[in-house]
Order: sequence, then structure tokens, then C-alpha cells
Amino acid sequence: MLAYAFRRVLSAIPIALIAVTICFFILRLAPGGPFDGERALPPTVLANLRAHYNLDQPLVVQYFIYVWRLIQGDLGPSMVIDGFRVSDLIRIGFPFTLTMALSAFVIATLVGIVAGMVAAVNQNKWPDYVLVLIVMIGVVVPNFLNAALLQLWFGVHLGWLPAGGWVSGSIAHLVLPVTVLAWPHAARISRLMRGSMIEVLGTNYVRTARAKGLRERLVLVRHAIKPALLPVVSYLGPGLSYLLTGSLAVEQIFGLPGIGKYFVTAALNRDYGIVLGTTILYMFIILALNLIVDLVYAWLDPKVRYH
Amino acid sequence: MKLTQTLTAVATAGAMALMMSTAASAVTLQLHNGGDPGTLDPHKASGDWENRVIGDYIEGLVTEDAAAQPIAGQAESWEISEDGKVYTFHLRDGIQWTDGEPVTAEDFVYAFQRLFNPATAADYAYLQFPILNAEAINSGEITDFDELGVKAIDDKTLEITLSASTPYFLDALTHYTAYPVPKHLVEEIGDDWTKVENIVANGPYKIVEWLPGSYVRSEKNEDYYDAANVQIDEVYYHVLEDQAAALNRYRAGEFDILTDFPADQYQWLQDNLPGEAHVVPFLGVYYYVMNQEEGEVLSDVRIREALSITVLRDVIGPDILGTGELPAYGWVPPGTNNYVEDAYAPEWASEPYEERVARAVELMTEAGYGPDKPLTLQLRYNTNDNHQRIAVALAAMWEPLGVKIELFNAETAVHYDALRSGDFQVGRAGWLLDYNDPSNTLDLLKTGTNQAGTMNWGNNYGRYSNEEFDGLLEQAANELDLTARGQLLADAEKIAMDEFAAIPIYWYVSKDVVSPKISGFQENAKNIFRTRWLSKSE
Repeated sequence: MLAYAFRRVLSAIPIALIAVTICFFILRLAPGGPFDGERALPPTVLANLRAHYNLDQPLVVQYFIYVWRLIQGDLGPSMVIDGFRVSDLIRIGFPFTLTMALSAFVIATLVGIVAGMVAAVNQNKWPDYVLVLIVMIGVVVPNFLNAALLQLWFGVHLGWLPAGGWVSGSIAHLVLPVTVLAWPHAARISRLMRGSMIEVLGTNYVRTARAKGLRERLVLVRHAIKPALLPVVSYLGPGLSYLLTGSLAVEQIFGLPGIGKYFVTAALNRDYGIVLGTTILYMFIILALNLIVDLVYAWLDPKVRYH
Repeated sequence: MKLTQTLTAVATAGAMALMMSTAASAVTLQLHNGGDPGTLDPHKASGDWENRVIGDYIEGLVTEDAAAQPIAGQAESWEISEDGKVYTFHLRDGIQWTDGEPVTAEDFVYAFQRLFNPATAADYAYLQFPILNAEAINSGEITDFDELGVKAIDDKTLEITLSASTPYFLDALTHYTAYPVPKHLVEEIGDDWTKVENIVANGPYKIVEWLPGSYVRSEKNEDYYDAANVQIDEVYYHVLEDQAAALNRYRAGEFDILTDFPADQYQWLQDNLPGEAHVVPFLGVYYYVMNQEEGEVLSDVRIREALSITVLRDVIGPDILGTGELPAYGWVPPGTNNYVEDAYAPEWASEPYEERVARAVELMTEAGYGPDKPLTLQLRYNTNDNHQRIAVALAAMWEPLGVKIELFNAETAVHYDALRSGDFQVGRAGWLLDYNDPSNTLDLLKTGTNQAGTMNWGNNYGRYSNEEFDGLLEQAANELDLTARGQLLADAEKIAMDEFAAIPIYWYVSKDVVSPKISGFQENAKNIFRTRWLSKSE
């Protein structure tokens, strides 16, 4: 399995290089530039800025400069946020996004699995209906609306929690953003778990276990949970990727200093360095998560290991 | 057991952090500042959200009072020569940077030289171009910075020489482009001087934290000469571009001042938080540019006239936007200093709308267009709900003329790139005045300059060009008598507007919401309210 993991890591390098190349050229071909704002810059100013960031060089030269610096671990400067390098912003924003995404991930996974199991065991009874309703809200209502509603209820009307912003070390400030982020994922996981569990509970070996007189709880724990988890596990990798990359709306609405916000602002401002830097970061995260999921999957289902 | 212990520890830490943050914010101003500052360097800033932060931590020779009028700042007094060209400033005693170094006249000389140095690439250097040789140095024509019209007579005396008398010069000095920078620090560490760990201040506040995407935090500068009268101890300048979320946080008591709010919430604010929303005229014009380059369909003045006179401006502020922006028929916002008393008012503005439409149809027919031969125009605007609403409304207003509008929206960078490169027919634009003088908007319609064989149109996106108009602006720049100058500029405005150089639509309003806990907030046309004049009761 170690050799398999090593091969996967090695194969990621050319994938990463191709992705960086595509991203670099697509970004540069997009109309507008980092210095196109509401007001025209005097030509001399514009020329100096372009020269400072090598934008006056042919595109291919710019590409090689970028890749050369990248190999040396330099993601370059932000062209819009003065005095900050891309690595500075990743250092500030990524831990925050990661904390939020991991918290949401853990909560969504635990809540989703338990809710799915409860719904499956109580199929077509009132706990199932209630859970399906909550799940539907989580899936159907978009993040930004959930965020605004929770902000209004818990921040404005009840005053129980901060309606936004960030105070270092304050868990209270994370409760609403993490809830908004976790909800749709908990909903999806519970749906997967419910369906999968119902299927497993109908299999022959579960029926056999019951026939042997095993108590229902032991049937669930010993025979049903592990196989029922397989579709959930397949979802967890992409799910965490979505949480990491999809926190943008939440970061925007709650005014949080996350990397998703930097990414979108940078894309709109054509801040090439930040867009490329965050893309590379996300690419590595997604590759790593896929690898981890494959390994966990192989552990859960021995058949996978032999294929 | 372990889980319980961990949860308890986490909860305790959270509670302590909350208590500490509460304790530390005895007199803290929570200001919703909108966009993310791109810089804290006064020579590189370009937005009002940067101005709010920078203007609190650096002070120029002249600063703003609570109503944003120029008052003595680092200079306690000044004299102006009879010809209006030489200003001699006397710095206050005891002024210093927060690292203990004195603020000297040399800091200002150095700052102006840095501002105009082409290598600094200062976006807004042109605002100080009235200073002798500033423009030539900025364009690289003059390389000897000693030729700049800014000299230190001694540590406490600064002399600024202008190339022509400029009635708005004191007002221009309140702009951040005229702020000093700490020469000793910039020479030592270069542009890194604005990093939070290095930055120094000479204003009422000093920067202590900058978390991009979230906030900038500053604290009161006890060394400031007027520190005794500064009431707010700490300021958070919050980044939050989602206006609805910002309003929620204001309602939750997390923000003391909002610097913008969703226009459709104005009525709600008036009904539920009476007196807290401040919507006042703001020096700025919202307009549409028309590409008048030779060969373009809008180079035909008849079509420009038809489009302009059929814009029913009266409904835009009250009905489409909901915040009551005033209709604009001219180019210079009402309330601009150094101007004539009566605003430009075309005769057609008072005609019944039906008559205007009928005449517009005639003009279009003369130009060869009508229902049988419709004119299709692309209308570009940058992505924003309000821009879209206005574009849709105008498209409907132009339909009876046989004009079909194709709407095209793009993000800001792409939109302005298209306007600048002349790749448009009709486009949305807006201009907020940098200094309170009519020349600031009229300059937008000046003919471009030919630079190395390429026409540089600057912010004149529509490529409007009229020699007489240019000549009047030139004359005004050399006119010492303010009344005569105002008249020359008004004549120029009339020429451009009579030729439908652009379609002014409404005069901007500023939209602030101020908590009743805040005192000292004064509405003003520049929408500048420095924190030093505010106080907060709990």
C-alpha cells in the first residue's frame, strides 16, 4: 500500500504542472488586468507597475519566470494587496478556512451518519419524516440564505451569537458559519447513510444474523454499519474538498478572513499571483484527499485492495 | 471523560477570549468599512475605504474638520502669496511619528518627491499636479527632483510653489496623496514601511493589526497633538462587502456605523430605525458614456441627443433605486465649491416627457433610424444589481425610439478595460470628486493627449473632443479671479452638455447608518467623517 501511495504522489507532479500551465494561460487570456479599476492610471504609472510585476514581458517569458519561482517555493507577490506576498495570505487565510472546514466536516459526518442511521432504522415513521424534512432544508436552501436567516435569528433577534466577524480564539464567532457550512453536507451524508443502511439491513447476512437471535443493536454495530459506511466514505473526500473550496459565501457573509474569499476577490481583481497560488494549494489538497479516501476505502473493503 | 474535559477547556477558553475582547473594547468604534484595503500607503491608495483608515493614522499639512472642511493639520498656519502661487506652511511644535522621530518639513518634501517619482507608480499623483513641475517629474520629463515646487525652508517651514493659482489647493492638500511619509523609515526599509510591524503614524490613531479580508485595527495615538480631545480609543475598520450582512450585523449591535446599505432597505430603516440612516448628496455623478470615435454610430450628435433626452431621470432615484438620488442634467454636482450659483439646466429638462420622446423620434428618423430600421446598441455595465436595474429601465425608455439594447455585464476590471480601449458603444460609469472643484469632473471630458503616436484618453472613455471646451478649461486654469474662473468652467460645461458629450443620470448620495450611541457625526458632501471627531456612549 505504501508503494501505491508513493506512485500516486509521483503521478500528481505532472498533473499539477499541467494544471498550473492551463490555469496560468487561461487567467492571462481573460480580459482585464490587475490595474484596471474605475479610474485610468497615467501611462507612466501603468508602465512602471507592469514592469515591476514582469507583465511587460512576453507571456511565455512570464510563464517561465513564474514556474522557476514556483520550483523555488516562491508564489510571488499579490498585485492588489500591497505589501503582502501570496504565501503571507495563504498563511493567514488557510488555517482559518481549514479550521472552519474541518469543524464542519467532523460535525457534518457525525450528525449525518447518526441521522441517517436513525432514519433508516425508523423507516417511514415520524423520526424518519422529521429528519427527511431537515435534510431537505439543508440541501435545497442555499448557503447564503441559511447564513442570512441564522444571522437574523441568532444574531439579531435572539442575540445569542455574534452575527459575524472574527475575534481571535472566539468559538462563539465560529458557531453560525460552521453550522451553515456543515448543514448541507450533514444532509447529504445522512441521505447516503439512510439509503445505504436500508439496503444493508435488507441483505441476507443481516437477516441471518437476526435469525440467529442477535440483538438489533449488535446487528447494527457488528454487521450493518461498516458496509453501510462505504458510500459515505466515498463522499467524504470530495465532501471535504467542497467544504474547503465552498466556504466562500460563508466567509463573505460573515466577514471571515478565509482563503476562499481571497481567491474570489483575487479572481475578480485579476490578482494573478493569488489566484494561481490558491489554485495550486487547492489542487494539492484535492489530490491528497482523493488519495486518503482511496486508502481508507481499500481498508474498509478488502476487495478494492486486490483490484 | 477526556472528551468532557476537552469540551470544558474549549468552552472556558472561548468564554475567556470573549470576556477579554469585551473588556478591551471599552470605547471601541466598530466601523463597517466595506472593501478590503489594498494598501496602507498613502501614495498607493485609491479607494474611500483606504482613505478612512489612512486619514486616521496620517495627517497632512491640512486636515478635515467634522464637516470635512479643510483646517490646520500638521501645519498650524500658512501664508499665500498675492499671486496665489506660493504657499508657506509653518509646522506645529512637538509633532512626531509614533517611533519618536519628529515630523519635519523634509518629510513632506520627501513625500511629494516620492509621490511624483514614476517608480512609485502612485495612482493618484495627478491630484497634486498643480504643484510646479509635478507633472513633468511624474511623466519622466524632468529627472531632477529638486526642481519640484516643494522646498523645506527649515525643519518647521515648508514652501510649496504652484504652476498656477489653484483655488482648491488647500482642499487638495487634505487628500492622502499630500500626506507626509516618515523619510527616515522609508529610506531604511522601502515599501515595507507600511507593514504592520514597521508602520508609524503622526495622526490621531496608529495601526496595530491588519487581517486582510476581515479588519484593520487601530488604537489612539497618545503622542498626537490633539490626543486630549480624541474620544475613541480603538477603531475596527471591518471588511464586509455584503451589504445585507453588514446591515444584519449593525442591527445585532456589532457595527456602530455602516458606510453603505442595500438601497431597498432604506424605507425599512426609516420605519424601524428612524434618524439612523443618513442619505445626503455626495459629490459625484453617475453617467453613461457613448463612444464618439469617428465611424462609431454615436459620433452622430442627433442620436446622442435622442438617447439623453428620453432618459426619464426623475424615476431613477426615487423608484428604481429607492434612495432618492437626484436627477442629473449637468456635469458638475450641485454644491461643488468655486463654481457659479446656478447649475446647468437644459431647456428640454422642463419639457413634458411626451414632447421629448416625440422630438427624439424625429432626431432618430433624421439620423436614419426608426421602428422599421432599428438601431441596435450594446450597453455595458459592471456587475451590480443597481447598475442592472438602471440599464434595464433605460433600455425600456429607448425602445420607443426604435433602439434595441443588448445588455452586457462584466466584472469591474473587464468593464473598465473595455471602456478604456474603446470597445463599447454605451457604457456605465461614475465619478466621485477627489477634491471639491468643478475642474475635477470637467477634466473627464478633455481631449486626450497624443503620447508616442498613441492617443491617451485617460478617463474620457467616450472620446469626446471639442477645442472650445478644452480652451475654456485651459483659460480657467490660469484665471486668478474665482468668479471669472467659475464662469469659464460653467461655459465649458454648457458646451459639453449641449453636445451631449455623455448622459448624466443622477447625482450620487452617500448612504451611512449611524448608531444613536455615536456623537459627532456630521453629514457632508464628501462623506468624510474622521474618527477623531466622533465619540461613543455605551
